[in-house]
Amino acid sequence: MPFGNTHNEMKLKYASAKEYPDLTKHNNHMAKILTPAIYELLRKRQTPSGFTLDDVIQTGIDNPGHPFIMTVGCVAGDEETYEVFKELLDPVIQDRHGGYKPTDKHKTDLDPAHLKGGDDLDPNYVLSSRVRTGRSVRGFCLPPHCSRGERRAVETLSIEALDTLSGDLKGKYYALKNMSDAEQQQLIDDHFLFDKPVSPLLLASGMARDWPDGRGIWHNVNKTFLVWVNEEDHLRVISMQQGGNMKEVFNRFCTGLTKIEKLFKERKHEFMWNEHLGYVLTCPSNLGTGLRAGVHVKLPNLSKNAKFEEILKKLRLQKRGTGGVDTAAVGGTFDISNADRLGFSEVELVQMVVDGVKLLVEMEKKLEKGQPIDAMIPAQK
Amino acid sequence: MASNFYRILSSKRNVGILSLVGAGSITGAVLLRREHVTASAHVRRTYPASAEYPDLRQHNNCMASHLTPAIYAKLCDKSTPNGYTLDQAIQTGVDNPGHPFIKTVGMVAGDEETYEVFADLLDPIIRERHNGYDCRTMTHPTDLDSSKLHSGRFDERYVLSSRVRTGRSIRGLSLPPACTRAERREVERVTVDALAGLSGDLAGKYYSLTQMTDAEQQQLIDDHFLFDKPVSPLLTCAGMARDWPDARGIWHNNEKTFLVWINEEDHTRVISMEKGGNMKRVFDRFCRGLKEVERMIQEKGWEFMWNEKLGYILTCPSNLGTGLRAGVHVNLPRLSKDPRFSKILDNLRLQKRGTGGVDTAAVGSTFDISNLDRLGQSEVQLVQTVVDGVNYLIECEKKLEKGQDIKVPAPPKGN
Repeated sequence: MPFGNTHNEMKLKYASAKEYPDLTKHNNHMAKILTPAIYELLRKRQTPSGFTLDDVIQTGIDNPGHPFIMTVGCVAGDEETYEVFKELLDPVIQDRHGGYKPTDKHKTDLDPAHLKGGDDLDPNYVLSSRVRTGRSVRGFCLPPHCSRGERRAVETLSIEALDTLSGDLKGKYYALKNMSDAEQQQLIDDHFLFDKPVSPLLLASGMARDWPDGRGIWHNVNKTFLVWVNEEDHLRVISMQQGGNMKEVFNRFCTGLTKIEKLFKERKHEFMWNEHLGYVLTCPSNLGTGLRAGVHVKLPNLSKNAKFEEILKKLRLQKRGTGGVDTAAVGGTFDISNADRLGFSEVELVQMVVDGVKLLVEMEKKLEKGQPIDAMIPAQK
Repeated sequence: MASNFYRILSSKRNVGILSLVGAGSITGAVLLRREHVTASAHVRRTYPASAEYPDLRQHNNCMASHLTPAIYAKLCDKSTPNGYTLDQAIQTGVDNPGHPFIKTVGMVAGDEETYEVFADLLDPIIRERHNGYDCRTMTHPTDLDSSKLHSGRFDERYVLSSRVRTGRSIRGLSLPPACTRAERREVERVTVDALAGLSGDLAGKYYSLTQMTDAEQQQLIDDHFLFDKPVSPLLTCAGMARDWPDARGIWHNNEKTFLVWINEEDHTRVISMEKGGNMKRVFDRFCRGLKEVERMIQEKGWEFMWNEKLGYILTCPSNLGTGLRAGVHVNLPRLSKDPRFSKILDNLRLQKRGTGGVDTAAVGSTFDISNLDRLGQSEVQLVQTVVDGVNYLIECEKKLEKGQDIKVPAPPKGN
């Protein structure tokens, strides 16, 4: 929560050891990396907008984690967080993103022509395809730290830009606080409406302040391109449709994103991006591409196979229930998506999903016929 | 009473402070008079007040009723010496629009100075919440002399249990919405230290939430003593649950009649309770225990947050003054069904709750009956109000048992 300028100074009157959090029961990336020495070094600092070390780590202190799922346990309040607190965040990023080093460069590639195939995933198995990412508007604080004025400014800018989209991207904005009951019901039925966050991971970082002020949903008339404004990030951009034509989904995704970026630039704003971290987002887990490309796919046989987890790991894919992160699969239908975000380009990640899902469906078909799949198990990507 | 506090402003005060590292004045230490406080440090801002003013059109709480754009503009770039801001103080009221039937306060204090620096907003809220109490002109009476209480023994055919609670804040340390981990741990240390000095029927033990064993936890649950991590968004939005369960705990005496909660909604919550209707004994122990604890912390150079305008300073403006809720669990099967019940309670300055506490409904015909008021009357006056009021309710119940009629008592003068 944004304290006043003198709050951090007041804290410095207490010895670092007295302020150091009790992380003995904790299991998240922040708790693994933070030491009393790092805490002492970083607690004197603040970003230009006043985001402090305790602001970064509060969510990780308040949510000790789960023995099986490793959460990140820290958030950024602005773009500078990643620089000012690099002694903590670089190792966290390294741990979370497969050894990504502070000197590594991230490649951005949003040219859909570079994707090979992806238009022929078997619709008997692949029910829907979706690609999502996030974008932050440079110069504004991020959801954990932004003031109401900033959040509203991000909303206003976004509406202005999105309103000029045309063709199959032409659409409409629905502000959460002004929506009619009918509009709200429609958005729920379309599975577009996002709720006030209830996850303590988000609440503890201050992202739900002032709800629903400055929040809303934009979508195109065809309901295949969707933007969330001021939920967990400034913008979440989603392209989706029924069936297995991931190529079309990715085309629309790249076209839409590129257009939106251009519209923001015309208004003298750009997205937060740098060549080391790629796109800068609130949660360190979403750095780089911020991209999750996924399908809902029926794998009733394969999912019961002992090698399922191993195969996913080799393909650099992860499974979730169809309700999203933290849900269980229903009736053998899974959400399968890329596990990585940083260190691979958008094209590379979507390619992995396309190729990987193709292979999973072939394996499923083999198992249906009672045939073995051992020879098909790939090498580690 | 005030003179005791003036005396404490001596070198003894610094004994506690020196346990903090670093030089520099702890500016929160010496504030007894409102005039001494200056709204210090300006807050970093990029947008004008009008762009930051919250949208309160769906809201129904005291903060929303009184926060005009003009007051917001005046206060939004001020902060207390500790760096607590207006936006933080009102965040809980912005995030919790309220309920059409229950009017919540909608703001909290992060430290003692909050009540000074943001007086332009808090004074009218206090006036609304506390029956027109004007802290600019009135003084609050503190009276913990329990010998003044009379007729404090209830008919135990009706009264099942008696309880008095209040809160106390340690001067010089920020309150739960704003405190740092070090400050919160200091509150725990100071309080546990003082409680360890209690003896006789007040001798007891501290159970830290971080260290309690499963067996201790189960016992505390069975005794109905254990408090949980707050789930109410009124509290979580104000930042009171940060770092849970660090530096939180429960202390109680061996007899389980005197209980202190540490670092829950306030620095300390102090509770005296027992089965049956002996409110006099409950209040005796309450006053004795409180005074003992106060004496202990003073020996170490600490004191409670108190001033003659607002009485005891607590996190929520609704608990200013005495912070006292004295209540009973009482059976009133006939009276509770009488249509005049609510009016009788109103005129007696009492409120009813279910036996699960605030926001619960009564089970059967057993009610939690307690004082409505907190500020503007002393502890003795409020407990006497409860004693007189509950005795009146019992008389009504008895009359109805015999088929006699009851009277609605006149409201107190000035209401």
